Amino acid sequence: MIEYNFAYLDEQTKRMIRRAILKGLAIPGYQVPFASREMPMPYGWGTGGVQVSAAVLTPDDTFKVIDQGADDTTNAVSIRTFFERTAGVQTTTATQEATVIQTRHRIPEEPLNDGQILVYQVPIPEPLRFLEPRESETRKMHSLEEYGLMHVKLYEDISRHGHIATSYAYPVKVEGRYVMDPSPIPKFDNPKLGDMAAIQLFGAGREQRIYALPPYTQVTSLDFEDHPFEASKADHGCGMCAATDSYLDELIIDDTGGRMFVCSDTDYCEARQAAGHIGKDNGGKDAA
Amino acid sequence: MYVAVKGGERAIENAHAWLAEERRGDVTIAELDVAQIREQLSLAVNRVMAEGSLYDPDLAALAIKQARGDLIEAIFLIRAYRTTLPRFGASAPVDTGAMACDRRISATFKDLPGGQILGPTFDYTHRLLDFKLAAEGDVPEAPSREAQTGDVPHVTGFLNREGLIEEAPQDDTPPPDLTREPLEMPADRALRLQALTRADEGFTLGLAYSTQRGYARNHAFVGELRIGKVPVEMDIPELGFAVEIGEVTLTECETVNQFKGSKTEPPQFTRGYGLVFGQAERKAISMALVDRALRWEELGEDNLGAPAQDAEFVLYHADNIQATGFLEHIKLPHYVDFQSELELVRKLRNAAGTGQVQEAAE
Repeated sequence: MIEYNFAYLDEQTKRMIRRAILKGLAIPGYQVPFASREMPMPYGWGTGGVQVSAAVLTPDDTFKVIDQGADDTTNAVSIRTFFERTAGVQTTTATQEATVIQTRHRIPEEPLNDGQILVYQVPIPEPLRFLEPRESETRKMHSLEEYGLMHVKLYEDISRHGHIATSYAYPVKVEGRYVMDPSPIPKFDNPKLGDMAAIQLFGAGREQRIYALPPYTQVTSLDFEDHPFEASKADHGCGMCAATDSYLDELIIDDTGGRMFVCSDTDYCEARQAAGHIGKDNGGKDAA
Repeated sequence: MYVAVKGGERAIENAHAWLAEERRGDVTIAELDVAQIREQLSLAVNRVMAEGSLYDPDLAALAIKQARGDLIEAIFLIRAYRTTLPRFGASAPVDTGAMACDRRISATFKDLPGGQILGPTFDYTHRLLDFKLAAEGDVPEAPSREAQTGDVPHVTGFLNREGLIEEAPQDDTPPPDLTREPLEMPADRALRLQALTRADEGFTLGLAYSTQRGYARNHAFVGELRIGKVPVEMDIPELGFAVEIGEVTLTECETVNQFKGSKTEPPQFTRGYGLVFGQAERKAISMALVDRALRWEELGEDNLGAPAQDAEFVLYHADNIQATGFLEHIKLPHYVDFQSELELVRKLRNAAGTGQVQEAAE
């Protein structure tokens, strides 16, 4: 294999990305355009997150990659292997041991601390995109703080369904200024965004945007006084580790509609099992 | 009993091994070599170079081999390689007037200085399968004659002399670089052309076709289409002058479009422009038509709401590497999002079934 620079990207490109990250940190929630590069994996598969990770990784870092909360999903494996190969960094599946965590669609259950960086892969960074397809318009709306359209959309949901019918990528407001897409995390994870000790960086490669939340940023999920935001999850305990406070995936276990629920955060689940918490589908007694 | 899904790593390795085997196909059949692809599938090679934005026939041929003939995959390989290359500088603008033309046709003038050269074209072939090719590929040598020397002037130049076509004054502003700066709107013409020349051929063709069928119709004549080699020169600062560093084959298309005049412009012909690496006629003509459609604003024309007039729509969706990546990413796991949607639908159905939809607008 050809010798690549540390973490694949050349130093000039990394500097360009770091400048975008710094700008993003200085203006929390603001989408900073950056000259995204073509990566050796497809757009839409985490190229934004990969570029951000490449720009922040140092040789001493310990890197963790999760996709849907799991370390062993195929794309997480692929990205972890990419950095093992191009950066030679230590990798881990343990949330606490990692210094940089790249994630797709989840925030780990275990609270992060101030030495850590959480890098999100973002497909569509623009929270207003599905209300207004034009980038030139949405940028204007952000600069004028013109978020009426978003509130109308949420209001229409309530009048039609009785609830806000957004279950993931639930929009948030950052420090009372920018409305931000938290990437397609389930809204269960939204409360973890605010006041987090770790740095949160969001990279959208195809859309050429980077944005960021510095530590302890105020992040509020959009809602109405009479319809407050509600983080939701399946109303069950984990079948494997009996956790009742974690986000659960639903699995179909037979062809008669049998279901079980299990933590989407594999590291959290395994650590709990190792500590002796056993769920009802794992030989334990009912976790209720 | 549920066992946590493990082994993504091994699954990936095995899939790659299987893929390599499938790529090779039946091992009793001789393997294609890169030179064969370069020489005998040259139009595929050209497309990969054009949309990959990298002029290197050998690498393009290698990419096609590696991609099992999937040209978008091959373009992707080239793009990913291209980004790792250091930049030494930029060439001087190429002079297509000095092109050594293999083909040069004008649909607007029967004869013209430089002449009409049909060149190696499919145009007047009857599309009948040639079963002889299935047996042997020997071809008789094509007749040849001495190449004509001297520049081949552009057709639009003749029209320009009479003032019948809009001026296209030389502009030495360095063009923006799509691959080094994020695409931002509004995009000037140089940037639009840069995006179009690497745009997906099918997408560009479809858009161009839509303008012919009435979505922002603007009848285009192929003023000129030329294919041939041009020298590439680069200024070497240490030398203080430009030296030729190689040559590239280009396809250039200039269209001459009807124009009845607008509030700001007199009646005159207008221009559409296409320039593409390699022999890529369909792409170059499509590019010229789309370029012309995108120019409605600077020419003071009406926005008819046609897709081909909408620069944001065209430029943000024309890149097949971006498009295919995002399209195919929906194959990736979405368990988490789907789970939250499951819960939402169940909740909404419960509410609907029990008549609990609230009137929020009281």
